[in-house]
Amino acid sequence: MELSGRVDVVDLHKALGGQPVLQGVSLRVEPGEAVAILGPSGCGKTVLLRHLVGLLVPDRGEVRMDGEALHRLPPRRLREVRSQVGVVFQGAALFDSLTVAENVAFPLRRHRRLPESRIQEIVAEKLNLVGMGGTQDKMPAELSGGMRKRVGIARALALDPKIVLYDEPTAGLDPVTARAVDRLMMEVRARTRTTTVLVTHDLLTAFAVADRVAVMDAGRFVMTGTREEVRASPHPLVQAFLRSSALGGVVEEATREA
Amino acid sequence: MAVNVTLEKLGEATLRRLEEVGEASRFVARVAASLVRVRWEAGQTVLQMARAGVDSVPLVLLTGLFSGMVLAYQTANQLLRLGGEGFVGGLIAVSMAREAAPVFTAVTVAGRVGAGFAAELGTMVVTEQVDALTVMGTDPLDYLVVPRTLALGVMLPVLVVLANAVGSLGGYAVSLVVGVPGSVYVDSVRQFLDLHDVVGGLVKSAVFGLLIALVACHKGLRASGGAAGVGQATTGAVVAAIAWVLAANYFLDVLLF
Repeated sequence: MELSGRVDVVDLHKALGGQPVLQGVSLRVEPGEAVAILGPSGCGKTVLLRHLVGLLVPDRGEVRMDGEALHRLPPRRLREVRSQVGVVFQGAALFDSLTVAENVAFPLRRHRRLPESRIQEIVAEKLNLVGMGGTQDKMPAELSGGMRKRVGIARALALDPKIVLYDEPTAGLDPVTARAVDRLMMEVRARTRTTTVLVTHDLLTAFAVADRVAVMDAGRFVMTGTREEVRASPHPLVQAFLRSSALGGVVEEATREA
Repeated sequence: MAVNVTLEKLGEATLRRLEEVGEASRFVARVAASLVRVRWEAGQTVLQMARAGVDSVPLVLLTGLFSGMVLAYQTANQLLRLGGEGFVGGLIAVSMAREAAPVFTAVTVAGRVGAGFAAELGTMVVTEQVDALTVMGTDPLDYLVVPRTLALGVMLPVLVVLANAVGSLGGYAVSLVVGVPGSVYVDSVRQFLDLHDVVGGLVKSAVFGLLIALVACHKGLRASGGAAGVGQATTGAVVAAIAWVLAANYFLDVLLF
Protein backbone atom coordinates (compact mmCIF):
# COMPACT_ATOMS: atom_id res chain seq x y z
CA MET A 1 0.00 0.00 0.00
CA GLU A 2 1.39 3.38 -0.95
CA LEU A 3 1.90 6.03 1.72
CA SER A 4 0.29 9.43 1.36
CA GLY A 5 3.26 11.05 3.08
CA ARG A 6 1.48 12.03 6.29
CA VAL A 7 3.56 11.64 9.43
CA ASP A 8 2.28 11.93 13.00
CA VAL A 9 4.58 12.01 15.98
CA VAL A 10 2.50 11.52 19.11
CA ASP A 11 3.83 12.27 22.59
CA LEU A 12 7.18 10.63 21.93
CA HIS A 13 9.39 9.80 24.90
CA LYS A 14 12.82 8.23 24.75
CA ALA A 15 15.65 7.84 27.21
CA LEU A 16 19.10 6.68 26.14
CA GLY A 17 21.62 5.40 28.69
CA GLY A 18 19.27 6.46 31.49
CA GLN A 19 19.14 10.07 30.25
CA PRO A 20 15.81 11.40 28.92
CA VAL A 21 16.38 12.58 25.34
CA LEU A 22 12.83 13.06 24.06
CA GLN A 23 10.28 14.24 26.60
CA GLY A 24 6.88 14.31 24.96
CA VAL A 25 7.38 15.39 21.35
CA SER A 26 4.34 15.74 19.08
CA LEU A 27 4.28 16.87 15.48
CA ARG A 28 2.09 16.43 12.42
CA VAL A 29 3.52 16.67 8.93
CA GLU A 30 1.01 16.84 6.08
CA PRO A 31 1.59 15.11 2.72
CA GLY A 32 3.94 17.20 0.60
CA GLU A 33 4.80 19.54 3.43
CA ALA A 34 8.39 20.42 4.39
CA VAL A 35 9.11 20.70 8.08
CA ALA A 36 12.46 21.57 9.63
CA ILE A 37 13.33 20.50 13.14
CA LEU A 38 15.74 23.14 14.34
CA GLY A 39 17.74 22.95 17.51
CA PRO A 40 21.18 23.03 19.09
CA SER A 41 23.45 19.97 19.14
CA GLY A 42 22.32 17.36 21.65
CA CYS A 43 18.70 18.60 21.84
CA GLY A 44 17.39 15.23 20.66
CA LYS A 45 16.52 16.07 17.05
CA THR A 46 18.56 13.26 15.49
CA VAL A 47 17.03 10.81 17.98
CA LEU A 48 13.62 12.03 16.81
CA LEU A 49 14.61 11.50 13.16
CA ARG A 50 15.77 7.95 13.94
CA HIS A 51 12.31 7.23 15.35
CA LEU A 52 10.73 8.47 12.12
CA VAL A 53 12.25 5.58 10.22
CA GLY A 54 11.98 2.95 12.94
CA LEU A 55 15.67 2.79 13.83
CA LEU A 56 14.70 3.45 17.44
CA VAL A 57 11.66 2.20 19.32
CA PRO A 58 9.94 4.78 21.54
CA ASP A 59 9.69 4.28 25.30
CA ARG A 60 6.26 5.93 25.13
CA GLY A 61 4.19 7.48 22.38
CA GLU A 62 4.46 6.58 18.71
CA VAL A 63 5.34 7.59 15.19
CA ARG A 64 2.54 6.99 12.69
CA MET A 65 2.73 6.90 8.93
CA ASP A 66 -0.80 7.21 7.55
CA GLY A 67 -2.07 6.20 10.97
CA GLU A 68 0.07 3.04 11.27
CA ALA A 69 2.36 3.00 14.32
CA LEU A 70 5.84 2.18 13.01
CA HIS A 71 7.07 0.20 16.00
CA ARG A 72 4.06 -2.10 15.87
CA LEU A 73 4.36 -3.00 12.18
CA PRO A 74 5.22 -6.59 11.26
CA PRO A 75 8.70 -6.84 9.64
CA ARG A 76 7.37 -7.21 6.09
CA ARG A 77 5.15 -4.14 6.32
CA LEU A 78 7.93 -2.15 7.99
CA ARG A 79 10.18 -3.03 5.07
CA GLU A 80 7.46 -1.89 2.66
CA VAL A 81 6.99 1.39 4.54
CA ARG A 82 10.74 1.98 4.68
CA SER A 83 10.98 1.52 0.91
CA GLN A 84 8.80 4.64 0.64
CA VAL A 85 10.95 6.69 2.99
CA GLY A 86 14.29 8.01 1.76
CA VAL A 87 16.87 8.91 4.37
CA VAL A 88 19.85 11.20 3.77
CA PHE A 89 22.32 10.59 6.59
CA GLN A 90 24.53 13.25 8.10
CA GLY A 91 27.77 11.92 6.62
CA ALA A 92 25.85 10.57 3.59
CA ALA A 93 26.61 6.99 4.81
CA LEU A 94 27.56 5.83 1.31
CA PHE A 95 28.79 2.24 1.25
CA ASP A 96 32.47 2.81 0.72
CA SER A 97 33.12 -0.58 -0.83
CA LEU A 98 30.66 0.20 -3.65
CA THR A 99 30.88 2.68 -6.52
CA VAL A 100 28.56 5.69 -6.78
CA ALA A 101 26.35 3.81 -9.26
CA GLU A 102 26.20 0.71 -7.05
CA ASN A 103 25.27 2.88 -4.08
CA VAL A 104 22.36 4.49 -5.91
CA ALA A 105 21.33 1.13 -7.37
CA PHE A 106 21.44 -0.59 -3.96
CA PRO A 107 17.83 0.12 -2.86
CA LEU A 108 16.58 -0.65 -6.38
CA ARG A 109 18.25 -4.06 -6.35
CA ARG A 110 16.85 -4.77 -2.88
CA HIS A 111 13.27 -3.74 -3.50
CA ARG A 112 12.54 -4.00 -7.21
CA ARG A 113 13.04 -6.69 -9.78
CA LEU A 114 14.24 -4.64 -12.71
CA PRO A 115 16.44 -5.45 -15.69
CA GLU A 116 19.99 -4.14 -15.32
CA SER A 117 19.52 -1.64 -18.16
CA ARG A 118 16.53 -0.07 -16.39
CA ILE A 119 18.49 0.12 -13.11
CA GLN A 120 21.31 1.96 -14.89
CA GLU A 121 18.77 4.35 -16.45
CA ILE A 122 17.29 5.19 -13.04
CA VAL A 123 20.77 5.59 -11.53
CA ALA A 124 21.73 8.04 -14.29
CA GLU A 125 18.44 9.91 -13.91
CA LYS A 126 18.82 10.32 -10.14
CA LEU A 127 22.48 11.31 -10.42
CA ASN A 128 21.57 13.92 -13.04
CA LEU A 129 18.85 15.24 -10.75
CA VAL A 130 21.43 15.99 -8.05
CA GLY A 131 24.02 17.31 -10.51
CA MET A 132 26.30 14.28 -10.25
CA GLY A 133 25.79 12.79 -13.73
CA GLY A 134 28.83 10.92 -15.05
CA THR A 135 30.25 10.02 -11.64
CA GLN A 136 28.86 6.46 -11.75
CA ASP A 137 32.23 4.73 -11.58
CA LYS A 138 33.78 6.84 -8.84
CA MET A 139 34.29 5.48 -5.34
CA PRO A 140 32.84 7.46 -2.41
CA ALA A 141 36.38 8.11 -1.09
CA GLU A 142 37.12 10.10 -4.27
CA LEU A 143 34.27 12.56 -3.62
CA SER A 144 34.17 15.76 -1.57
CA GLY A 145 31.74 16.18 1.35
CA GLY A 146 29.24 18.08 -0.78
CA MET A 147 29.41 15.56 -3.60
CA ARG A 148 28.90 12.68 -1.18
CA LYS A 149 25.86 14.44 0.18
CA ARG A 150 24.48 14.78 -3.34
CA VAL A 151 25.01 11.09 -4.04
CA GLY A 152 23.35 10.34 -0.67
CA ILE A 153 20.33 12.34 -1.83
CA ALA A 154 20.29 10.49 -5.17
CA ARG A 155 20.34 7.15 -3.31
CA ALA A 156 17.54 8.28 -0.99
CA LEU A 157 15.46 9.19 -4.07
CA ALA A 158 16.17 5.96 -5.98
CA LEU A 159 12.84 4.34 -5.07
CA ASP A 160 10.81 7.54 -5.60
CA PRO A 161 9.91 7.78 -1.90
CA LYS A 162 6.87 9.59 -0.54
CA ILE A 163 8.86 10.98 2.38
CA VAL A 164 12.46 12.18 2.47
CA LEU A 165 14.26 12.66 5.77
CA TYR A 166 17.46 14.70 5.95
CA ASP A 167 19.74 14.45 8.99
CA GLU A 168 21.83 17.64 9.30
CA PRO A 169 22.08 18.05 5.52
CA THR A 170 24.50 20.99 5.69
CA ALA A 171 26.61 19.97 8.68
CA GLY A 172 30.33 19.91 7.93
CA LEU A 173 29.96 21.73 4.61
CA ASP A 174 31.39 25.14 3.77
CA PRO A 175 28.72 27.88 3.59
CA VAL A 176 28.69 28.04 -0.20
CA THR A 177 28.26 24.28 -0.58
CA ALA A 178 25.69 24.32 2.24
CA ARG A 179 23.53 26.84 0.33
CA ALA A 180 23.92 24.75 -2.83
CA VAL A 181 22.61 21.73 -0.90
CA ASP A 182 19.70 23.90 0.34
CA ARG A 183 18.84 24.75 -3.26
CA LEU A 184 19.11 21.09 -4.22
CA MET A 185 16.68 20.09 -1.46
CA MET A 186 14.24 22.74 -2.67
CA GLU A 187 14.56 21.54 -6.26
CA VAL A 188 14.09 17.92 -5.25
CA ARG A 189 10.99 18.80 -3.30
CA ALA A 190 9.56 20.91 -6.12
CA ARG A 191 10.11 18.12 -8.65
CA THR A 192 9.12 15.11 -6.58
CA ARG A 193 6.38 16.59 -4.33
CA THR A 194 7.62 14.50 -1.43
CA THR A 195 7.00 15.16 2.23
CA THR A 196 10.26 16.52 3.60
CA VAL A 197 11.46 16.41 7.19
CA LEU A 198 14.86 17.82 7.92
CA VAL A 199 16.75 18.00 11.14
CA THR A 200 19.24 20.84 11.30
CA HIS A 201 21.00 23.37 13.50
CA ASP A 202 21.35 25.66 10.50
CA LEU A 203 18.64 28.33 10.58
CA LEU A 204 19.32 29.33 6.98
CA THR A 205 18.67 25.79 5.78
CA ALA A 206 15.51 25.57 7.86
CA PHE A 207 14.19 28.86 6.51
CA ALA A 208 15.19 28.12 2.93
CA VAL A 209 13.67 24.68 2.64
CA ALA A 210 10.84 24.33 5.14
CA ASP A 211 7.23 25.53 5.19
CA ARG A 212 7.19 25.17 8.94
CA VAL A 213 9.94 25.13 11.53
CA ALA A 214 9.74 23.25 14.83
CA VAL A 215 12.29 24.56 17.30
CA MET A 216 13.57 21.94 19.71
CA ASP A 217 15.38 22.26 23.00
CA ALA A 218 16.20 19.61 25.60
CA GLY A 219 13.86 17.01 24.13
CA ARG A 220 10.82 19.26 23.67
CA PHE A 221 9.48 21.59 21.00
CA VAL A 222 9.58 25.15 22.25
CA MET A 223 7.62 26.42 19.25
CA THR A 224 6.34 25.39 15.85
CA GLY A 225 5.47 27.89 13.16
CA THR A 226 6.16 29.46 9.79
CA ARG A 227 9.32 31.42 9.08
CA GLU A 228 7.57 34.66 10.00
CA GLU A 229 6.23 33.22 13.23
CA VAL A 230 9.71 31.97 14.16
CA ARG A 231 11.23 35.38 13.36
CA ALA A 232 8.65 37.04 15.59
CA SER A 233 9.09 34.62 18.47
CA PRO A 234 10.44 36.14 21.66
CA HIS A 235 11.73 32.76 22.88
CA PRO A 236 15.38 33.18 23.97
CA LEU A 237 16.64 30.10 22.09
CA VAL A 238 14.93 31.24 18.88
CA GLN A 239 16.36 34.71 19.30
CA ALA A 240 19.83 33.23 19.90
CA PHE A 241 19.53 31.24 16.65
CA LEU A 242 18.38 34.34 14.75
CA ARG A 243 21.26 36.42 16.07
CA SER A 244 23.89 33.73 15.36
CA SER A 245 22.62 33.40 11.80
CA ALA A 246 22.86 37.13 11.03
CA LEU A 247 26.35 36.68 9.58
CA GLY A 248 25.22 33.59 7.72
CA GLY A 249 22.50 35.70 6.13
CA VAL A 250 25.13 37.96 4.63
CA VAL A 251 26.87 34.90 3.19
CA GLU A 252 23.57 33.70 1.78
CA GLU A 253 22.96 37.04 0.04
CA ALA A 254 26.48 36.96 -1.40
CA THR A 255 26.01 33.41 -2.66
CA ARG A 256 22.71 34.30 -4.29
CA GLU A 257 24.28 37.25 -6.09
CA ALA A 258 27.20 35.10 -7.26
CA MET B 1 27.18 0.62 54.60
CA ALA B 2 30.38 -0.33 52.80
CA VAL B 3 29.15 -3.89 52.45
CA ASN B 4 25.88 -2.66 50.95
CA VAL B 5 27.67 -0.49 48.42
CA THR B 6 29.98 -3.33 47.45
CA LEU B 7 27.06 -5.72 47.06
CA GLU B 8 25.18 -3.18 44.99
CA LYS B 9 28.16 -2.70 42.67
CA LEU B 10 28.65 -6.44 42.40
CA GLY B 11 24.96 -6.87 41.60
CA GLU B 12 25.08 -4.17 38.93
CA ALA B 13 28.19 -5.66 37.34
CA THR B 14 26.61 -9.12 37.34
CA LEU B 15 23.42 -7.79 35.76
CA ARG B 16 25.43 -5.98 33.08
CA ARG B 17 27.37 -9.16 32.30
CA LEU B 18 24.17 -11.19 32.14
CA GLU B 19 22.64 -8.61 29.82
CA GLU B 20 25.71 -8.85 27.59
CA VAL B 21 25.52 -12.64 27.57
CA GLY B 22 21.82 -12.46 26.74
CA GLU B 23 22.44 -9.97 23.96
CA ALA B 24 25.27 -12.07 22.50
CA SER B 25 23.10 -15.21 22.65
CA ARG B 26 20.29 -13.42 20.81
CA PHE B 27 22.83 -12.34 18.19
CA VAL B 28 24.08 -15.92 17.69
CA ALA B 29 20.50 -17.25 17.58
CA ARG B 30 19.52 -14.71 14.92
CA VAL B 31 22.55 -15.51 12.78
CA ALA B 32 21.83 -19.24 13.18
CA ALA B 33 18.20 -18.66 12.15
CA SER B 34 19.34 -16.77 9.03
CA LEU B 35 21.79 -19.56 8.20
CA VAL B 36 19.11 -22.23 8.59
CA ARG B 37 16.58 -20.25 6.53
CA VAL B 38 19.23 -20.12 3.82
CA ARG B 39 19.17 -16.33 3.71
CA TRP B 40 22.57 -16.39 2.11
CA GLU B 41 23.81 -13.48 0.11
CA ALA B 42 25.68 -15.53 -2.48
CA GLY B 43 27.67 -12.61 -3.94
CA GLN B 44 28.74 -11.32 -0.55
CA THR B 45 29.62 -14.82 0.65
CA VAL B 46 31.88 -15.50 -2.33
CA LEU B 47 33.53 -12.10 -1.88
CA GLN B 48 34.19 -12.82 1.78
CA MET B 49 35.49 -16.31 0.98
CA ALA B 50 38.02 -14.72 -1.32
CA ARG B 51 39.01 -12.02 1.16
CA ALA B 52 39.07 -14.18 4.28
CA GLY B 53 40.23 -17.41 2.69
CA VAL B 54 42.20 -16.91 -0.48
CA ASP B 55 43.93 -13.74 0.71
CA SER B 56 45.03 -15.54 3.91
CA VAL B 57 46.84 -18.33 2.02
CA PRO B 58 50.37 -16.83 2.03
CA LEU B 59 50.26 -16.11 5.77
CA VAL B 60 48.82 -19.53 6.59
CA LEU B 61 51.45 -21.26 4.44
CA LEU B 62 54.18 -19.41 6.30
CA THR B 63 52.85 -20.15 9.81
CA GLY B 64 52.04 -23.76 8.86
CA LEU B 65 55.52 -24.33 7.46
CA PHE B 66 57.29 -23.00 10.53
CA SER B 67 54.98 -24.85 12.95
CA GLY B 68 55.84 -28.13 11.22
CA MET B 69 59.52 -27.26 11.18
CA VAL B 70 59.72 -26.39 14.86
CA LEU B 71 57.74 -29.49 15.83
CA ALA B 72 60.18 -31.62 13.84
CA TYR B 73 63.23 -29.87 15.23
CA GLN B 74 62.16 -30.47 18.85
CA THR B 75 60.73 -33.98 18.55
CA ALA B 76 63.29 -35.42 16.14
CA ASN B 77 66.23 -34.30 18.26
CA GLN B 78 64.69 -35.74 21.43
CA LEU B 79 63.46 -38.99 19.91
CA LEU B 80 66.70 -39.67 18.05
CA ARG B 81 68.55 -39.54 21.36
CA LEU B 82 66.14 -42.14 22.74
CA GLY B 83 66.29 -44.25 19.61
CA GLY B 84 62.70 -43.50 18.70
CA GLU B 85 63.21 -42.27 15.13
CA GLY B 86 60.30 -44.44 14.03
CA PHE B 87 57.93 -42.18 15.93
CA VAL B 88 59.06 -38.82 14.52
CA GLY B 89 56.91 -38.74 11.38
CA GLY B 90 53.81 -39.99 13.13
CA LEU B 91 54.16 -37.62 16.03
CA ILE B 92 54.58 -34.62 13.78
CA ALA B 93 51.75 -35.59 11.44
CA VAL B 94 49.29 -36.34 14.25
CA SER B 95 50.23 -33.18 16.17
CA MET B 96 49.85 -31.07 13.04
CA ALA B 97 46.52 -32.61 12.04
CA ARG B 98 44.91 -32.54 15.48
CA GLU B 99 46.35 -29.45 17.11
CA ALA B 100 49.08 -27.36 15.52
CA ALA B 101 47.46 -26.69 12.16
CA PRO B 102 43.92 -25.96 13.39
CA VAL B 103 44.96 -23.86 16.39
CA PHE B 104 47.84 -21.91 14.82
CA THR B 105 45.81 -21.25 11.69
CA ALA B 106 42.81 -20.13 13.74
CA VAL B 107 44.95 -17.77 15.82
CA THR B 108 46.57 -16.35 12.68
CA VAL B 109 43.19 -15.92 11.01
CA ALA B 110 41.69 -14.36 14.16
CA GLY B 111 44.43 -11.73 13.96
CA ARG B 112 44.17 -11.12 10.25
CA VAL B 113 40.55 -11.72 9.30
CA GLY B 114 38.81 -11.25 12.68
CA ALA B 115 40.42 -7.85 13.10
CA GLY B 116 39.39 -6.96 9.56
CA PHE B 117 35.75 -7.95 10.13
CA ALA B 118 35.52 -6.01 13.40
CA ALA B 119 37.19 -2.91 11.96
CA GLU B 120 35.08 -2.93 8.80
CA LEU B 121 31.76 -3.46 10.54
CA GLY B 122 32.72 -1.04 13.33
CA THR B 123 33.48 1.66 10.77
CA MET B 124 30.19 0.95 9.02
CA VAL B 125 28.38 1.40 12.33
CA VAL B 126 29.99 4.70 13.27
CA THR B 127 29.53 6.13 9.77
CA GLU B 128 25.84 5.09 9.80
CA GLN B 129 26.27 2.66 6.90
CA VAL B 130 24.65 -0.07 8.99
CA ASP B 131 21.67 2.23 9.65
CA ALA B 132 21.56 2.97 5.93
CA LEU B 133 21.32 -0.78 5.22
CA THR B 134 18.48 -1.13 7.71
CA VAL B 135 16.43 1.75 6.33
CA MET B 136 16.90 0.35 2.84
CA GLY B 137 15.16 -2.80 4.00
CA THR B 138 18.29 -4.94 4.32
CA ASP B 139 18.98 -6.77 7.57
CA PRO B 140 22.64 -6.09 8.45
CA LEU B 141 22.82 -9.57 9.94
CA ASP B 142 21.79 -11.19 6.66
CA TYR B 143 23.94 -8.89 4.54
CA LEU B 144 27.06 -8.53 6.67
CA VAL B 145 27.29 -11.20 9.35
CA VAL B 146 25.92 -14.34 7.69
CA PRO B 147 28.21 -14.16 4.61
CA ARG B 148 31.28 -13.60 6.80
CA THR B 149 30.36 -16.43 9.17
CA LEU B 150 29.63 -18.81 6.35
CA ALA B 151 32.80 -17.80 4.50
CA LEU B 152 35.09 -18.34 7.46
CA GLY B 153 33.34 -21.56 8.51
CA VAL B 154 34.07 -22.97 5.05
CA MET B 155 37.46 -21.42 4.39
CA LEU B 156 39.22 -22.08 7.68
CA PRO B 157 39.20 -25.89 7.15
CA VAL B 158 40.56 -25.32 3.64
CA LEU B 159 43.35 -23.20 5.08
CA VAL B 160 44.03 -25.90 7.67
CA VAL B 161 44.41 -28.51 4.91
CA LEU B 162 47.08 -26.28 3.36
CA ALA B 163 48.75 -25.74 6.75
CA ASN B 164 48.79 -29.51 7.28
CA ALA B 165 50.39 -30.07 3.92
CA VAL B 166 53.17 -27.49 4.23
CA GLY B 167 53.67 -28.31 7.94
CA SER B 168 54.25 -31.96 7.14
CA LEU B 169 56.61 -31.04 4.30
CA GLY B 170 58.53 -28.68 6.57
CA GLY B 171 58.66 -31.35 9.26
CA TYR B 172 59.92 -33.88 6.74
CA ALA B 173 62.68 -31.57 5.55
CA VAL B 174 63.88 -30.72 9.07
CA SER B 175 63.74 -34.40 10.12
CA LEU B 176 65.96 -35.30 7.16
CA VAL B 177 68.46 -32.63 8.18
CA VAL B 178 68.43 -33.80 11.80
CA GLY B 179 69.05 -37.38 10.68
CA VAL B 180 65.77 -39.27 10.36
CA PRO B 181 65.78 -41.31 7.11
CA GLY B 182 63.00 -40.31 4.71
CA SER B 183 61.50 -43.78 4.38
CA VAL B 184 61.33 -44.15 8.18
CA TYR B 185 59.55 -40.80 8.42
CA VAL B 186 56.98 -41.74 5.76
CA ASP B 187 56.37 -45.19 7.25
CA SER B 188 55.84 -43.64 10.65
CA VAL B 189 53.26 -41.20 9.23
CA ARG B 190 51.42 -44.10 7.57
CA GLN B 191 51.46 -46.10 10.79
CA PHE B 192 50.23 -43.42 13.20
CA LEU B 193 48.15 -40.93 11.23
CA ASP B 194 44.48 -41.83 10.97
CA LEU B 195 41.85 -40.26 8.76
CA HIS B 196 40.06 -39.56 12.03
CA ASP B 197 42.90 -37.23 13.13
CA VAL B 198 42.65 -35.19 9.95
CA VAL B 199 38.84 -35.04 9.90
CA GLY B 200 38.71 -34.17 13.60
CA GLY B 201 41.13 -31.30 12.99
CA LEU B 202 38.99 -30.04 10.12
CA VAL B 203 35.79 -30.21 12.16
CA LYS B 204 37.51 -28.21 14.87
CA SER B 205 38.68 -25.62 12.39
CA ALA B 206 35.18 -25.21 10.96
CA VAL B 207 33.94 -24.45 14.48
CA PHE B 208 36.86 -22.04 15.01
CA GLY B 209 35.98 -20.28 11.77
CA LEU B 210 32.37 -19.79 12.85
CA LEU B 211 33.47 -18.60 16.30
CA ILE B 212 36.00 -16.07 15.00
CA ALA B 213 33.52 -14.60 12.54
CA LEU B 214 30.70 -14.40 15.08
CA VAL B 215 32.86 -12.82 17.78
CA ALA B 216 34.45 -10.34 15.37
CA CYS B 217 31.17 -9.31 13.72
CA HIS B 218 29.44 -8.97 17.08
CA LYS B 219 32.21 -6.74 18.43
CA GLY B 220 32.23 -4.70 15.23
CA LEU B 221 28.47 -4.13 15.23
CA ARG B 222 28.62 -2.95 18.84
CA ALA B 223 31.31 -0.36 18.16
CA SER B 224 30.47 3.19 19.10
CA GLY B 225 32.15 6.54 19.43
CA GLY B 226 34.21 7.05 16.27
CA ALA B 227 37.75 5.92 15.52
CA ALA B 228 38.59 5.11 19.14
CA GLY B 229 35.51 2.91 19.42
CA VAL B 230 36.44 1.05 16.23
CA GLY B 231 39.97 0.53 17.57
CA GLN B 232 38.64 -0.87 20.83
CA ALA B 233 36.20 -3.14 19.03
CA THR B 234 38.99 -4.46 16.82
CA THR B 235 41.38 -5.21 19.68
CA GLY B 236 38.53 -6.71 21.71
CA ALA B 237 37.52 -8.88 18.78
CA VAL B 238 40.98 -10.39 18.31
CA VAL B 239 41.52 -11.04 22.02
CA ALA B 240 38.05 -12.54 22.50
CA ALA B 241 38.28 -14.63 19.33
CA ILE B 242 41.62 -16.16 20.36
CA ALA B 243 40.33 -16.86 23.88
CA TRP B 244 37.22 -18.53 22.45
CA VAL B 245 39.32 -20.61 20.04
CA LEU B 246 41.60 -21.88 22.81
CA ALA B 247 38.72 -22.66 25.16
CA ALA B 248 36.67 -24.36 22.44
CA ASN B 249 39.77 -26.33 21.41
CA TYR B 250 39.90 -28.07 24.77
CA PHE B 251 36.24 -29.08 24.77
CA LEU B 252 36.31 -30.16 21.12
CA ASP B 253 39.37 -32.31 21.84
CA VAL B 254 37.49 -34.02 24.66
CA LEU B 255 34.55 -34.60 22.34
CA LEU B 256 36.42 -35.63 19.20
CA PHE B 257 39.56 -37.53 20.20
